[in-house]
Amino acid sequence: MTQGLDPAAPADPFDPGAEAAAATSAILASTLRGTARGVVVDSPPGAGKSTLVVRAARELAASGEQLMIVAQTNAQVDDLADRLATADPELPVGRLHGTDSPPDPVLDRHAQVAKSTSVADLRDRAVVIATAAKWAYVKDVEPWRHAIVDEAYQMRSDALLQVAGLFERALFVGDPGQLDPFSVVGAEQWAGLSWDPSASAVVTLLAHNPGLPQHRLPVSWRLPASAAPLVSRAFYPYTPFRSGTGHGDRRLAFGVPGDGSGPDRVLDEAAESGWGLLELPARHTPRTDPEAVRAVAAVVRRLLDRGGVTYSERGPQPAPLTADRIAVGTAHRDQAAAVRTALAAAGVPAGPGGVAVDTANRLQGREFDVTVVLHPLSGRPDATAFHLETGRLCVLTSRHRHACIVVCRAGVPELLDEHPSSEPVRLGVTVKFPDGWEANHAVLAHLAEHRVPWRP
Amino acid sequence: MSLMNVLARAEAVAAGRAVPAATVRHRRIAERPLVLVPLTTAGEAGAPLGAMVGTDRAEPTLLVVPQPLDRELRFAFFAGLAAAVLPVVDAYADEVETEPATKNREEVEVCADAPQIVVPNSAALDYVRLLGRSTRYLRTVEDPDAPHPVPVPVPLLGRWLTHYAERARTPGSSLLVAMTELLTRHWATGQSAMEDQHLGALLGWIDPPDGLDGGSAAARAQTGRGPDGLLLSPPAGPATDPVFDNRVLAPALERYDAARSAGATGPMRVAEADVRRLVASQLRPTWDDVWHGVDLLRALPEGAHVEERWKRDRWSFTGHRDRLRAGEPPQPRRDDAVTAAQKLAGRETAQARLYAQEALDDPLVMAARRLAGEAFTGTVLSVEMTWSEGRRPMPRPLLTLTTPDLPQADPATRAYRALPGAKSAQTAEVVSLTPAPGVPAQRGAGGAPAEGPSAAGGGPAAADVPPAAGPAPAAEPQSGPLWQVVVRLTGGMGTGKTPREGSVPEPGDRVTFTLFAHDQRGGPALPEAEATPWTHGGPPQARETAVPEAPDTATAEDFL
Repeated sequence: MTQGLDPAAPADPFDPGAEAAAATSAILASTLRGTARGVVVDSPPGAGKSTLVVRAARELAASGEQLMIVAQTNAQVDDLADRLATADPELPVGRLHGTDSPPDPVLDRHAQVAKSTSVADLRDRAVVIATAAKWAYVKDVEPWRHAIVDEAYQMRSDALLQVAGLFERALFVGDPGQLDPFSVVGAEQWAGLSWDPSASAVVTLLAHNPGLPQHRLPVSWRLPASAAPLVSRAFYPYTPFRSGTGHGDRRLAFGVPGDGSGPDRVLDEAAESGWGLLELPARHTPRTDPEAVRAVAAVVRRLLDRGGVTYSERGPQPAPLTADRIAVGTAHRDQAAAVRTALAAAGVPAGPGGVAVDTANRLQGREFDVTVVLHPLSGRPDATAFHLETGRLCVLTSRHRHACIVVCRAGVPELLDEHPSSEPVRLGVTVKFPDGWEANHAVLAHLAEHRVPWRP
Repeated sequence: MSLMNVLARAEAVAAGRAVPAATVRHRRIAERPLVLVPLTTAGEAGAPLGAMVGTDRAEPTLLVVPQPLDRELRFAFFAGLAAAVLPVVDAYADEVETEPATKNREEVEVCADAPQIVVPNSAALDYVRLLGRSTRYLRTVEDPDAPHPVPVPVPLLGRWLTHYAERARTPGSSLLVAMTELLTRHWATGQSAMEDQHLGALLGWIDPPDGLDGGSAAARAQTGRGPDGLLLSPPAGPATDPVFDNRVLAPALERYDAARSAGATGPMRVAEADVRRLVASQLRPTWDDVWHGVDLLRALPEGAHVEERWKRDRWSFTGHRDRLRAGEPPQPRRDDAVTAAQKLAGRETAQARLYAQEALDDPLVMAARRLAGEAFTGTVLSVEMTWSEGRRPMPRPLLTLTTPDLPQADPATRAYRALPGAKSAQTAEVVSLTPAPGVPAQRGAGGAPAEGPSAAGGGPAAADVPPAAGPAPAAEPQSGPLWQVVVRLTGGMGTGKTPREGSVPEPGDRVTFTLFAHDQRGGPALPEAEATPWTHGGPPQARETAVPEAPDTATAEDFL
């Protein structure tokens, strides 16, 4: 499956820049001059999705069209509006927001961004941008000719149902490998219906419009050469992608040598290979396993204490590895809270400006230099569908530019073997590949080569 | 499963008996519930074997199908079920209250009460759904072209059962409830959630008979067999015990078939009575178990918000009554895109409402929320009056609390407090969260309370939460204040410059703030079905005229 994908091969004619540019121009051609009502773009982690959205929005605006942009969270909307305004200081942007959620003050520096809670105030703007939840309240307006739906795979089908009447045609951009949308109540009764309201918006869209052009971005600029092959193989087996950088383009080094402790050894391993697995002794624990949480905090503490520096293609000078370039990812919110508490006890700043500690759901779409992951199955007596979900592991293992360190209790491969996927197969539901069980095994098999056993 | 639930189960194992998982009853138990215990035929989907149904525990109506594969007998069963259920439903349809007009709607009537159906377990609930699905489209004797007509009320029964089964998917609704779900909501046993599906075993843990502890009572219910090889406590259905099927029921059915094909009326009656006796022997223990569960639940005081949720059930009942009276067609086989999205949104709102209301009604549930960092209870140290800026300064008092809970709240997170007598919650925002001065914030890294599960004196179910003590139990063992939280009250204080009397706590008061909202607003309106967008296949009408849905093809089995 990965034959010929080793980017280090000397005679490799693969030119990531050219490949990405070709894909982008095909997408823009479909969007600007195509006849289909929808265009779908699949983007692996860090493949320049936001850049594509900004570029498509600018080109549509330049051709005299007005367009609306739908994103999923307020943070995504603010970030997109900021990028748009920065990229094109002349472009009149409208930021539609809810009364209870004022836009990020960072938008105040762009005079061309108008902010309002009412779409009537923004109708003259070339680009109007808001969350799907806010768009759902917009009624009785003349539909836009064009729309861009960002993070479309994370949007629920019912959310698309609410906003699809607002536009005639749309560009849907998203990452199929990330977490699927979910519902806190059961939705099994609609499983298999093409309009299952709890399914992803793209699934519904394609079920009803099977002929829509589908594109994909072939290069991940975020993931290093050490990570792209694994992430591609484990999570995108039928739509492989490659790293935009080669081996040696990215390097992580420490000013202070390791002291031989578990955390230091796993850091050295990760600096060397891009991956590290700090393996604690096997044990069944509560979700907020205190030992594992302390181990995560210790790894982060040492990352900062040892004066990490990163070398990358962005410039010849090394950049210091600061707290805001590090993320800790967990499966559950209480685990994230426990890690924040443990970091506070270790004197490491967490939160805005410090180490980002959050669940996979909230780390989606973000990028860091080094990530430390508390494995979703660590210490568990069972492997539920939630913990096996492919997207969860994919998000956690694809946020980093340099290295990813996983903290986990031993015994997860055995746990997986004891818990084969047992979700019922439902008629009419498109089976998503790979399943979480397989993806988990693929990642663990790779991590086993970078294993540092440690008894705290 | 929350940490509290794990702990409660561990305590149940240690005590040999289930422990309370709630201090109040979170669901309505009607004064005269209609209990329905269905049994199905092994290996034949949708072929009922029998049922026990009624509102009087001493005199259930017994319905038995002496040959489950015979369509006529099956239809007779449906007619019997309709005769047992529909009069109960009708009894509630005409007693109405008038709901005063509001801004958005005119004066309407709502049924003063609604019939409640109780089934033994969730499999039986699914079976009710299946019965509704298999009967609501049947053609009646009024239709001259019907090849196999059923008695008139059968499709009506199907529509009511379908409505009830659909309503049961709404979190917190009580129109159709499964006894195992009710009991596991209110008690934690020492067995797995899977084993809790067995009604007999569950009751064994909750109320073991004299001389047995929960574990042995459950084991006896699950596996104990009498000298005849039959289970002492037959499964609560709808599936039957295979030993019963093979050894007892199958020969009885054969005797019935033989007598019938021989045209011998006398032996046929004898054989039919035999089948009835056998099926009744399997139904009666479950029937009694369900009523036993009803008694146990009635002993708990009803939660404060249950009445409000029951009113929504009454609305649901009234709505279906009106649709029937208006002559609308039966519920469609599948929901269209807009209906499905509407139902999902309604259920998500109901789930959030239930989540908040259960915590507000029950200190034990609130304790689990506090442990999870979604709420905090503390003592007010000081109140500093401040006012908002602007033309009309509004009161924005700053409260400093100490709390043993660690809320998972960043600054500016919204918090809510239940105000006695007020309709909606008081809003506030978290300003800061710091370790209380002088007391080191020593917490397990897990966010679990420092005292740990074992030292709390009786665990979550016992001493620290007096039953029905309101949202802020006063006597709570504490290992000392650990966190200092500053919150700014932002609402619920009236419209004047000075806060309304009693709306701002005073130093020394114990208050509980939640980080989840107490009431739920519905979301934005969905498009009309006729305006279903192209992404979802367009309007359903257009689709149907384009390609009419093909009926299911008849197979050889249809004519067996």
